[in-house]
This record gives sequence, structure tokens and C-alpha cells, in this order.
Amino acid sequence: MSLRNFQALRLDAMSRDFGSLNALKGISLTVGRGEFIALLGPSGCGKSTALNCLAGLMPLSSGSIWLDDKRIDTLGPEARGFGMVFQNYALFPHMSVRKNIGFGLRMQNRPKAEIETRVAEAMRLVRLTDQGDKLPGQLSGGQQQRVAIARAIVVEPPLVLMDEPLSNLDAKLRLEMRAEIRRIHASLGCATIYVTHDQDEALSLADRIVVLKDGQTRQIGTPAELYGRPAHPDVAEFMGYRNVLKTKVTLGEDVRVTLGAASLSATPVDVTQPGPAVMAIRPEDLSPRADGPIPAVVQTAEYRGRDFFGVATMQDGTELYFRAEHAVKPGETLHLGADPHRILVYAA
Amino acid sequence: MRQALARRGFDGVTLLLLPAVLFVIALFIYPFFYGLDLSFHPKTGGVGLANYIRFFSDPFLYDTIGKTLMLAVPVTLLNVAFSVPVALRVRLMAKPRLLTTILVIPITLGTVLVAEGMLNYFGPRGWLNRALLEFGLSDAPLHLIHNYWGVFLSLVITGFPFTFLLTLSYVTGIDPALERAGAMLGARAWERFKLIILPLLLPGLAITFCLSFVQAFSVFPSAVLLGAPAGVTRVISVAAYTAAFEEYDYPMASAIAMIMASVQIGIVAALLGAQSLLYRGPAGGGKG
Repeated sequence: MSLRNFQALRLDAMSRDFGSLNALKGISLTVGRGEFIALLGPSGCGKSTALNCLAGLMPLSSGSIWLDDKRIDTLGPEARGFGMVFQNYALFPHMSVRKNIGFGLRMQNRPKAEIETRVAEAMRLVRLTDQGDKLPGQLSGGQQQRVAIARAIVVEPPLVLMDEPLSNLDAKLRLEMRAEIRRIHASLGCATIYVTHDQDEALSLADRIVVLKDGQTRQIGTPAELYGRPAHPDVAEFMGYRNVLKTKVTLGEDVRVTLGAASLSATPVDVTQPGPAVMAIRPEDLSPRADGPIPAVVQTAEYRGRDFFGVATMQDGTELYFRAEHAVKPGETLHLGADPHRILVYAA
Repeated sequence: MRQALARRGFDGVTLLLLPAVLFVIALFIYPFFYGLDLSFHPKTGGVGLANYIRFFSDPFLYDTIGKTLMLAVPVTLLNVAFSVPVALRVRLMAKPRLLTTILVIPITLGTVLVAEGMLNYFGPRGWLNRALLEFGLSDAPLHLIHNYWGVFLSLVITGFPFTFLLTLSYVTGIDPALERAGAMLGARAWERFKLIILPLLLPGLAITFCLSFVQAFSVFPSAVLLGAPAGVTRVISVAAYTAAFEEYDYPMASAIAMIMASVQIGIVAALLGAQSLLYRGPAGGGKG
């Protein structure tokens, strides 16, 4: 494939409508060679549409896709040469594992000997060496997933697309396969675009994460950037900031927000003037402490081994998600507080 | 006792099967064995194979097997082959309702109405021939009725909807993600059909072929109305009819019916035997 050694994949205002519904509204992104990108968002945010458009399974309504200086959004899926791992694996049920993996090479009319060696190599990479003659139906979910990955990467595609590949697996297998995908990506180094709604998956796998909501890009950044400093309350909520609350901000010597009767020192993200604002705090960062300025009554508390996570309500009924080091009981009044750099403030 | 039965799947609810079982016995199984028995009691008296011997020694009788196969096999092959592309196309349509309705209407009309229509349309003074002659496309009228082609066409028209509906159900059973996966791996439309769709469809097509074939093999009304029931379309059911209602030889008619059944069963069994060699698992791409 001549497309193999590309420098950058560029999405230019990629859009897709379904009738009057805009599923994708002008996504722009540049993916470098070997980069692992996660498209993260809640269901219905357009992430699967974006992947299908990239794959060529769905035409764009407007915008374009470029591989270096070659425009590819006008090509069919079979001409793009991308690898794809489907959510339900989409293995050919009537072909053996070996035939499934070799299908792409066969379509390229490679010599038989070459197909055999490369399929064997791919099977070793996904650790399925002994399963070559089985039918997909005889394999477990995790093994089927490995076959699907091997089938996608054996043609050495310039880009691998993965559509929620782990969502059909149980929790333990999901962690294993996550490590496996990271290992395979590290050893092959092919650019990967990975669609998921699970922020843990995105954080642990990706070099960069694209957060989508309502068909638009909310933020593009490294996992650390997204985790530490989400650029938008929507992203914050998605990255685990469960306390997203309306507040008022005052700008003085330090930036302060009010929560009920309490006034807290906070970190502004994009606030430039005083007035109504939105604040975000992770449950892990909101804990009972001696000088805690926010009184709240515990509603429920869950034991999590090392600590307790719970819900408490303030006097005006606002619910707060918090973490406690010691056991707390429902009905108990706590004085919650958080470090100023853990309280993010956004313009409303 | 009750527990032992329940373990084998028998309980009070099983009794609800009883009326249906009685119905099947009274209306299908008993008449079948009655006919089988009757066929061994020739009209001339005694018990034996006389009826079968007569059938296979008279070319006027045994030729009907060949004539029926000559109609049923090509018609069924054509219907099955044609139903696949149509079903593949219908599957991709957003609103397949209208097309499906149009395709299925001939089933509801019944063979006789279709035959009447064809007599008017394809006849020597019918629209088709009048139009062909009028526009100078042909010098002499096309002979499309009262011969092999009349019956052939009628079987295609009335048999296709049935074949199509069966094929459509098998086609929609194939996970569309498989074709997308094929496309992502570089397979062009024809390769995707040949390597992915067709192998998954073949077992279903074998069943479709059997059911459509059995229907076509028992052709009677159109063979009489549109064919040449004394000549090229003297099919096996015509022979049975003649024996029963013109010669009043019910034992002979029963023997012909039994021979007809054996030919059908033979062909169906051969096909299903071949089908068991094919992949017959689920046509989905995995979990989910």
C-alpha cells in the first residue's frame, strides 16, 4: 500500500447529516503517524458516525479527509485500506481463524507463502497460535476479539479504526484486552483511532483524547490535560467531576466562589468577569475536614475498601458527592471542603 | 411419575398438542397410508406391484416424471437465482414494503387467475403479440401459451414470490457488519458476495430450493390451462388426475401419487444431504 508511510491524517470540517439531524458538525483533527487517538463521548455524541465516515462506510455531508496531500473521503472503504475492529467483531463465521486473518491479504492477491507467514506472525502477536483451524463460533469473546484485531492489523494498514472493541467483554477481560491493545499498538506503531464511551479506557490507552458532545469537538488534549484541566463543564462531568454546580464568582485577590453560605477559593479555567459561573469538583477531592466550610448531611455512603464514597445534601437541597477517609453514617453532619486548585470554575 | 415425565418435557401443557396431533393423523397420516395401501391393490384384483409395474413399463406414464422435472428444476433454479439479487437489493432499501407487496401479490391471486391473465396477455390475439406485430418487431405471433413456455412462465410468476420471501428471510439473517468488514479488508462488491454472502446463504438457498421445487413439481392447473396437457406438459399430476377421474382407477392414481412423492423426497433428500456438508452455523459476526 502506497498509503502506508503517511505523515498525517487530516480531518477538515468533517460533517454528516441524517436528514435534518446534524450528527457531526465540522470535526477537524490532525492525526500524526503512530498516534493513538481516542474519540470519547456519551452515546449519541457522533463518535461512531465519525468512525464510519473515516472508514468510508458512510459518505460525508461536507468537509474532507486527507492522508498527507491525497484526498480520501471520495474513495470507497475497500480503496482506503484502513483496518477496522468492529464492536461485535464481525468475524466471518464460515471461515477458520486463519482464513479470517488472511482475508485482507488474499484480497490484495499476495502470494500464498507470504500470506501464511504474515498470518502466523499476526496470530503470534495476538497470542492465538494454536487456534488457527477453529471457527470463530468455537472461540470465547476475548479470543474472537483478538482474531478481529489480528485481521485488521495483518494488512499493515496506515490507520486502524476501533469501534468500542471492548464493550462486549466482561470487566476482567476488558482490562486484559486493554493491556493487549496497548502492547500491540506499541509493537506495530500504526496510527489508531479508538471510539469509546469509557473514560478510563480513553485515559489509559490514548496519546490524545477527542471529547465529542452533540456532534461537536468539546476538547482535544492529552489524558493528563483532560483529567486535570477539562476545558468545559461537559468535559469535566465526563472526566469524573461529578459535582458540577451553579455558583457565583467574585474576582479579587483570589478567585472565590459561593456555595450556599460558604465562600471557597477556586481555580478559574475560563472566567474573566464576576457573576454567575459553573464550578466542578471531583468526589475524591471533596472531603470532610476540620476547617471544612460546607455543612452537609450524609444521605448514603458506600464502602470502597480504603475509603468511603457518599452523597450529602446541603441545607438548600444541593447534592454533593464526597469521599471520606473514615466511616460516615447517614444523618451525620459533615463539614466538607476542597483544595483551591481542585475547584475549577467555568464561565456560565 | 409426574416428575419423571416433566423431566422429559411432558406436562399438562403438552396435552394441548393433542387436537393438532389428531388433526394431522386424521387428515394427513391416515390418508397417506390409505393411499399407500390402495396402490398395492390394483383394480384388476389381487395384491401386488402391478400398478407400479404398469407405470414403469408405459412410456406415456413414466415419461411424465421427466416432463415434470424438465419444468420444475429449471423453473426453481431460475426463481432461486433471481430471488438472491432482488432480496439483496430489497434489504438495502429504506422502505421495502411497497416492493415486497408488489412481488408478493401473485401468491394471493392464485394460479388460475394468473393463468387466465396470461391467456389474455400472451395469447395469439393478446396484447403482447398484437403490439409486437403492430410495431413490426415480429412477423408471426410468438407462441407463449399452450406449450412448455406457457407453463414455465406461469410457474415463474406464481412461484417467484414464495421463493423471494424465503430468500429474503435468509438474506436479512446475515449480519450487515460482515459485508462492511469485507469492504474494510479490500473486498470489492463481487468478492464480498462470492466469499461472504453466498457461503452463508447457500444452506438457506438449499431449503428454499427444496420448498419451491416441491411446489413446482406438483404443478397442475397451469399445466392444464396454459400447457399442452396431452403432450409436452403432460406432468405427473395430470397422469394421476387422468387415472383417478377419467379411468376411475383410484389404485393406479394412488400409485402415481406415491411415485410422485418418492421423486420429490429423493431430490429433497439429496439436496439436504449435500447441504449438510456446508457451513450451517449462525450467520452473525460474533457476540452482540
